[in-house]
Amino acid sequence: MKRILSLILSILLLASLLAGCGGKQNDAPQGGADTPAGPAADPAPTVDTGRRANNEITVGISQDLDSSLDPHTMVAAGTKELLFNVFEGLVKPTSDGDLAPAVAESWEIGAEMTTYTFKLRSGVKFHNGQDVTSNDVMYSLTRCRDEGYVPALAEADIAEENGNIVITLPAANTEFLASLTCAIIPADYADQATAPVGTGPFKFVSRQAQQNVVLERFEDYWGEKAQLDRVTYLVYENPEALAMALKGGAVDLYAHLGTATVSQLGDDFTILEGSMNLVQAVYLNHTVKPLDDVRVRQALCYALDRQEIFDLTADGKGWALGSSMYPAFRKYFDESLVDLYPHNVDQAKALLAEAGYPDGFALTIKVPSNYSPHVDAGQIAAEQFRAIGVKVTVEPVDWTTWVEDVYKGRNFEATVCGFDASTMTARAMLERFTTGNGKNFIGYSSRAYDEAFEEALRARNDEAQTKAYREMERILAQDAANVYIQDLVDFVALRKGLAGYRFYPIYVMDMSTVHYE
Amino acid sequence: MRYTAKKIGTLLLTLVLVSLFVFLALSNLSGDAATRLLGTEATPERLEALRTELGLDKPLPVRYVEWVAGMLRGDMGISYQYRLSVSQLIAERLRPTLSLTLMAFALIVALSIPVGVVTAKYAGGWLDRVVTVLGQLLMSVPPFFTGILFTYLFGLLLRLFVPGAFPAWEAGRMRYLGYLFFPALAIALPRVAMTVRLLRGCILDEAQKDYVRTSMARGRSRGDILYRHVLKNTLVPLITFLAMTVAELVAGSVIIEQVFSIPGLGRLLISGISNRDAPVVQAVVVLVAFWVVVCNLAGDLLGRRIDPRLRYGEGGRT
Repeated sequence: MKRILSLILSILLLASLLAGCGGKQNDAPQGGADTPAGPAADPAPTVDTGRRANNEITVGISQDLDSSLDPHTMVAAGTKELLFNVFEGLVKPTSDGDLAPAVAESWEIGAEMTTYTFKLRSGVKFHNGQDVTSNDVMYSLTRCRDEGYVPALAEADIAEENGNIVITLPAANTEFLASLTCAIIPADYADQATAPVGTGPFKFVSRQAQQNVVLERFEDYWGEKAQLDRVTYLVYENPEALAMALKGGAVDLYAHLGTATVSQLGDDFTILEGSMNLVQAVYLNHTVKPLDDVRVRQALCYALDRQEIFDLTADGKGWALGSSMYPAFRKYFDESLVDLYPHNVDQAKALLAEAGYPDGFALTIKVPSNYSPHVDAGQIAAEQFRAIGVKVTVEPVDWTTWVEDVYKGRNFEATVCGFDASTMTARAMLERFTTGNGKNFIGYSSRAYDEAFEEALRARNDEAQTKAYREMERILAQDAANVYIQDLVDFVALRKGLAGYRFYPIYVMDMSTVHYE
Repeated sequence: MRYTAKKIGTLLLTLVLVSLFVFLALSNLSGDAATRLLGTEATPERLEALRTELGLDKPLPVRYVEWVAGMLRGDMGISYQYRLSVSQLIAERLRPTLSLTLMAFALIVALSIPVGVVTAKYAGGWLDRVVTVLGQLLMSVPPFFTGILFTYLFGLLLRLFVPGAFPAWEAGRMRYLGYLFFPALAIALPRVAMTVRLLRGCILDEAQKDYVRTSMARGRSRGDILYRHVLKNTLVPLITFLAMTVAELVAGSVIIEQVFSIPGLGRLLISGISNRDAPVVQAVVVLVAFWVVVCNLAGDLLGRRIDPRLRYGEGGRT
């Protein structure tokens, strides 16, 4: 009896240890692929996967999709990343960071910037063969508005006029168009959760929980058709298993690799280098002492040596950040903020002493244990903070606990994680730090910041708006709101013979351009 | 009969304790399924609505009683994560895990019995010494490491299977079994070493006994005595040990399934824990516990069936 209980106990314990291989949930904080250490491999003989003949590929993903594949309710970043190939909105994001016409062929914006008139593209079909009608568009948009899926539509009036869709906003919103990437789906189709139907270049074929998702080329796509016939996504929750699957030939493409795996892959793969498009930082809770003191926060910024983090975790690669904005947002990204606090231990110590902590203070950094880039960066940052006398404890917590305790419960002093943008707007990055915002989990509050945000919202032209957003970035940096680290380097492994992979400034994986050479 | 009844009573008590334990453990983990499903951006209203839908708003004792009542009716509940019935999820994953366990068990029996007998027969010889050292090594290396080694060696260098590409049963039995052979071997090896050591020890112990000396005095050959009498007497400890092995192989497969990307019960359990998918985790744990206790009981009963001395409560084996 005792023996049996202890056996069960140890199974549970082991299982919960392994449960760390969980994944990426939600569009806000996120991390990257794991970087396992494994046996070093000799260049393996080239694998003939047999998939070239069928013009199909297999793609590894680190986490199963949401239970529901309904594009309006999906939560996990990994689900959005994949279903980008299946769904389109009136407009769709391009790899350059612009918005291109999709289900809408063109649009006109009224002088007051409150009315948007969309001319629908003719000949767009759903994957089930039906034509896309204005009725379907009306259904999709009102559903997003009424269920609260797209906040920007909240008080909008949506109407149909002569086959065009007219959206009237209560107040001008220069970033409104970016919200219309929300998927257009067939009106009153009930099985969206299990058999999704959209208008994208790939159609959904099948899914097996925890195992795979299969997409096939949509032959009636309105635009440039996908090049591959078939894409099979395979779920590998264990990073070692994934590395083996790449080397052994089971997987042709994997998008979020760590440096350790990259170095093992040998000659079978082309490694593309991009960025994760997120802001990794030591996020600080402004409501606890002594982090409410700007001098203490600045001291931590001076203590940080980003280059050391890059060197130790990613072969010296990474994009240094100085505020809550990453370089893919070209016009908003302010490069001058990166060096606002150059690594300087003496200055850090002086600031700490000035703030009344000459001997440092105790600080606990909570890190989400399933995201090794955040864990690694947290550990190195902790060591750097110790150099100025701060007594740091690094506490790994599992992802669900992180969401509940740190993000929602705000029960933390400091945490390392990454935030990305849900839509391609500066607002998606910066609004969360305004006073009283529900997502402002660090409890940051600055009148100047709030005013700059109001200004950005009021701005009638792009130039004034960009200026206001850049001002917000500057305020965050000057207040040392967080200890900003980097936008992580993102390696994509593509089996030799494949080409056409494109990086996007948001978290999506476009399969339509990938092809065999 | 009384013995059997007592054993079954213990079995039921164990299951009740295990179910209570896993239930409490899961309800005490921070964060719930609703948090996990809706993510960081969820509004409190949506969270509350989902909790009500999943029944998470009910008091703990009510949830426990409802769950146990469901299990007794054969209804394992609905997975929070997949919104599918847990029995369906488990049924899909039972085949790989069972195949793996059975294959590993077959390997253990096929390898350890002959090796055990031979090393006992030639105890002290060079073969015995080599097997002893090798056994020590195999016992001390954890199966997941052997698994990684096998993947590298047989998968990447020798290309005997494609790591990570687990073939469906429908894709051909040979391919299916061929893929499972390596993980099965990885979990079998430490157990093979243990069984060999046990068997060898038992045989040598038995060979010291008086009846063996008497038989030899009567002029019977060593081999004859070994095969006819000694082996028969080592059967009981061997069966008890193998019954425990069958039970533990299921636990071992939880880990090896991760290494070889096998969609079995282990992966279901692990993702269930990180998703706070209580119905799935509870059902799998209780199922594994059930398997463990049933195997132990079967081992005991089988032992008593074979050895009449155990049945009549004499206990001693002189």
